Order: sequence, then C-alpha cells, then structure tokens
Amino acid sequence: MTREIAVVAFAQTEHRRTSDELSEVEMLMPVLHEVLDQTGLKTSDIGFTCSGSSDYLAGRAFSFTLALDGVGAWPPISESHVEMDGAWALYEAWTKLLTGDADTALVYAYGKSSPGSVRDVLTRQLDPYYVAPLWPDSVALAALQAQALIDAGDTDEPALAAVAARSRDAASANSHAQLRGSVPQGEYVVHPLRTGDCPPISDGAAAVVLAAGDRARELCERPAWIRGIDHRIEAHSLGVRELTDSPSTRLAAEKAGAFERPVDTAELHAPFTSQEVVLRKALRLGDEVRVNPSGGALAANPIMAAGLVRIGEAAARIHRGESDRALAHATSGPCLQQNLVAVLEGEPRHAQ
Amino acid sequence: MTTEILKAPLVVEFPFTRSLGPVQSAFLTGLREKVVLGVRTTDGRTLVPPVEYDPVTADELRDLVEVAPTGTVTTWAWNHAPRRGQPLDTPFAWVLVRLDGADTALLHALDAPGPDAVHTGMRVRVRWAAERSGAITDIACFEPYDSEVEAQPTDHDGQFEDMVTGIVAQARLDYTYSPGRAQTAYINALADRRIVGERCPSCRKVYVPPRGACPTCGVGTAEQVEVGPGGTVTTYCIVNIKARNLDIEVPYVYAHIALDGADLALHGRIGGIPYDQVRMGLRVEPVWTEGGRYPDHYRPTGEPDADYETYKESL
Repeated sequence: MTREIAVVAFAQTEHRRTSDELSEVEMLMPVLHEVLDQTGLKTSDIGFTCSGSSDYLAGRAFSFTLALDGVGAWPPISESHVEMDGAWALYEAWTKLLTGDADTALVYAYGKSSPGSVRDVLTRQLDPYYVAPLWPDSVALAALQAQALIDAGDTDEPALAAVAARSRDAASANSHAQLRGSVPQGEYVVHPLRTGDCPPISDGAAAVVLAAGDRARELCERPAWIRGIDHRIEAHSLGVRELTDSPSTRLAAEKAGAFERPVDTAELHAPFTSQEVVLRKALRLGDEVRVNPSGGALAANPIMAAGLVRIGEAAARIHRGESDRALAHATSGPCLQQNLVAVLEGEPRHAQ
Repeated sequence: MTTEILKAPLVVEFPFTRSLGPVQSAFLTGLREKVVLGVRTTDGRTLVPPVEYDPVTADELRDLVEVAPTGTVTTWAWNHAPRRGQPLDTPFAWVLVRLDGADTALLHALDAPGPDAVHTGMRVRVRWAAERSGAITDIACFEPYDSEVEAQPTDHDGQFEDMVTGIVAQARLDYTYSPGRAQTAYINALADRRIVGERCPSCRKVYVPPRGACPTCGVGTAEQVEVGPGGTVTTYCIVNIKARNLDIEVPYVYAHIALDGADLALHGRIGGIPYDQVRMGLRVEPVWTEGGRYPDHYRPTGEPDADYETYKESL
C-alpha cells in the first residue's frame, strides 16, 4: 500500500531585495530552526534532508555544501541536493519517504539573487548552441510569451495589470512578502511587460518538513496530505512550443489527480503576470478558486525557493483550516518550461 | 558593534568548448555559408533550428533540408535597453521567426526603428553578419522585408567544405560579492594581523575561518575568539604543478594548520623551510607581508615539534 505523506511544517524568510550582511547559511539557518521548532524535531531526528539551490545566483561555488552547515550535517546523514527549485527537492524527499527508508524529511531551498544580475544569470540555463549566445534575458523571454497571449486574445495589458494588482494586494496580509499593497505598474521593461508584470528580485529561503502516516499526525494537528504530485517538461526550444498553453502543467495536474475534484485554493508559481493566464487555463481554474492568497511570486520571488514556497503556503492554509483541498504549482526555466503540480488535502474537520 | 559588511566585485568567466554532432554541425556551418538548414521529422514537419532528436516522438532526425532566409514573425517583444552580449546594441525587437519552409520558429533579434514598426505576422529576412564563423551569431539579426512566402524546403546533404565541429561558448557573469557577517569579521581581523574564529554555543568548538554556523550542531556561532598566531602542521602535501596566475616557485608545501585554540585546521602555504623538511607536528606562525591584508604564508617558529596527541583531533 502507498504510504500517506504530508507537509507538517513550513517556514520562510522575510524575502527582500538584498541581504548583504548574511551569507547564504546565515540567511537560511533561522528558517531551518523555525520549521524544526514547529514540529519539536531536532536535525538528528530527521530521516532525510534534501535541498534546492543554484550556485550561479550568488556566484558562489559549492554554496550548497556551505549551506549544509545550517542543518548540522554531521555524518551519518542521509542527504541530497538538486540544482533546481526546492519544489523538486520536495519531490525527491516525497519519493524517499514512499520507499519507507525514512519517516521524516527536511526540505529547504534558498536563493540570493542580489549579488548578480539575475536577468543575465538565467540566460546561462538556455540552449548553449542556438540561444545562450544571444543572451536573451528572462524578462525578454517572458515578454515573447506575453505578446503571444495578447495576439491570441487570451489577455491584454489591463488584464495583466489586474493580475499584478490583485497579487500585491493579497500580499498585504503576508508579512514575508516583499512587494505589498499598491505597487505602480511602471514603464515597459521589455514590451509588453511593465515593471509591475515582473517579479521583484529577492533574497530568501524556505523550508518544509514532510512526515509519513501516523508520524505526520503526531507532528501536526492538521497535516497537509500530498494526495498527488507530478512534474513534466516542455520541449526545450521555445520556437517548437505553443507558448499560450502549458501542456506539461496540464499533464502533471492530471497525474497528480488535480482534476478529480475541485480545489478551493491554488498557489501558482507564475513569476510574470502573463504566466498566471497560461496556468489558469491549463489547470482549468475558475473564479471560485482563491489563486495566490499569499501574493505569489509577483510579491516575492526568491529564485530556487519560490516554488517550494507555493507548496508551503498551500500547506500552511490547510494547517490553519483555511483550505481543505489546495493545488500547489512550481515552475522552472523560461516561459514555464518545466512544471510541478501537487494536490494537498486536510482531513475533514470535526464539528465544533 | 556593527562593522561595515565587506563587498567586492567578482567576475566569473567560463569558456565552454562544446562539440556539435551531425545536425548542429551542418546547421552552424550552413550559417557560415549563408545557408539556413532545417531537419525533417518522421511525420513530415521541418524544424528550424534543427535538432538531432524529435522533441515530440524522440525519433533520431538526420534528413536535412534548406529553407529560405525569409520568414514571418510569430511573436515579438520590444527591447528598448539592450544588454551586454545581445545581438544589437541599439533598441531592437526580440522575435520568434518561422522561416519560409519551416514549421517551427527561431529566436533572434529584429532591427526595427521602434515597437510601432513591429507586429506579429510581419515579413522579415536574415541579415548576415559580415564575418561568420559557424555560430548562431552569423545571423546578425533579422530586418523587415516585404516578400511573398517562398516555396517548400529543398533537400540538402548538409555537407560543406571545412565543417564546423565545435563551438567555444563564452560566458561572463558579474557579481558584487559579500561574504556575510561572520566572514567579514574574520577578514577585517586578518587585516589587523589577528586571526579570529567563532565558538559554537552548543559544542564549544572554535571554527577558523568561521562560516557563521557550526556544521556539527547546525546552530549559529557568534562568540569571537582570537586564536594562534602559532599553530601546528597536522598534514600537508607537496605541490609540483604551477598554478595559473600564481607566482610561487614549485615545489612548495600546502598544509593543514591547527592554530592554537582552534578546533578546525585551516589551509596555508609553508615557507621559510625547504619543502622536503616540512613534517607533521611542525610548529609554524603566519607571515604578513608589508601592507598585506592576510597572511602570505606560514613559517617555522623554531619551537620543538608538537606531540602527536596534541593535534590528532584536528587531523
């Protein structure tokens, strides 16, 4: 029988534009302590540790090994790292727990974008033969997708501005968010995307604890059970893809069971306003679904952690009883290249 | 006490030498010869730029075709502020262009006077670079060009004289690096010729250099502890290969040094003694050169060698 696995705790930094005074481990450590404190676990109690980060962001080689100092990675420890958003580290940890090798897992992710120029850094993930030599930055690629959506009649600039405004307004209730309340839509960065359509540049970290079966019930009053999780990828050439759609998101959602019953909440990892348009369509989200009550990546975008934050935010709403069934989505690469979908549920609440 | 956090420019440059394989080799060599090649899939589509494997079916693809240097914009984005390395240094449009005869689009730049002059569906053609080497940048950019959609792709054997078989992909990223609180304090103390570590509040170990966290306990370190300057060589190696950009005569000795009062050995070069006389237990001290912000190397103090028992925990 498949083991039941839940998110039992979530913590994150107050994401901000710079964090000069902190090394990566100094930024990460308080989050690790907070997430462990929520469960009463010590690092030595954790069965498996998995992290997501990228050395390119801060230009610091092997930064993930230094970050491990923060978990007290003294042997013996069962530990792994992905050069991906922490949502994929969570996927690996979920797999590990499914095997029965561990009952608890600590998953964390961090990104310091402030030391470098993140628009340029992200060009280095592109096809090195045909694309990377042109240095198309992350905003430019998102703008190509936005224009395709406008041409197709799927959105227009006022609709994109409304996504931006709704996200930052929702973030007013999120003390961890970086852009909160009224944020001007601003000038074009790369037409048709304006400053307001783009995510802030953020430094930040996040962590969750996963637990299996009864261990989850011991550690959390209302665990956020992972009913399904899956990730899929598009062809890597932008010119091959239909940029107005996200078949990989739809397939991941289908495999995760997202379409079996409606969700009440969706945390979507859409760093650009136009990408929310694509995701809503692919995930068939109606107006009755609360989308990004945290403010989403438009309110705080610690790269490599922002996808894990979506899972954490969705889980935290279930922990607090504000959601019964939530969808969490994470993305990676240009124009929603790779997509992960998780479906989280809380057990029925007892009558008061 | 708050000290100003250190910052310094950091440039990371990495030239990757990449081999191309049969399809990419033909495509990039073709660009050098002002010929645009695509590849035909098993279900009859033509992919430009061509790839070795079908992104949908994963079939191996080898049937090359020549397509026209003219095409149609499928989407665009106006870039008013070009960035380093991009195809044009004046404002331009990023475009996906479906070349005549192709079923997929190629990413590149379009030279146009302004966003009002660009629209999806507009006709464009390749502007070739004056000097071409077999790279995607052999296409300088696209330019507006009214023309009828040209005929179907024609077969091509993909063979040219002097085929390009590899590229060197240059990359440069610029950072402003900050080492954070703990290492800033360490580096500042070094400039005052003091070596200052940090003690773990849990296990009481002193880490030099400090990284801000105890790797054993996973807790922050903050209590500063001055250590050394004397220390003991715990182990070492003899370096026989000259490092690039490093003006040190080989052979020389690089050692682990347990400074007095520290629980973790740090690395340093040993000087002031012939390389073949360095040994475990040798007592050493740091040497700062005039104006140096950190020890240049460590030299023997002349004390008797340390007893193995005193440093075995630091090995």
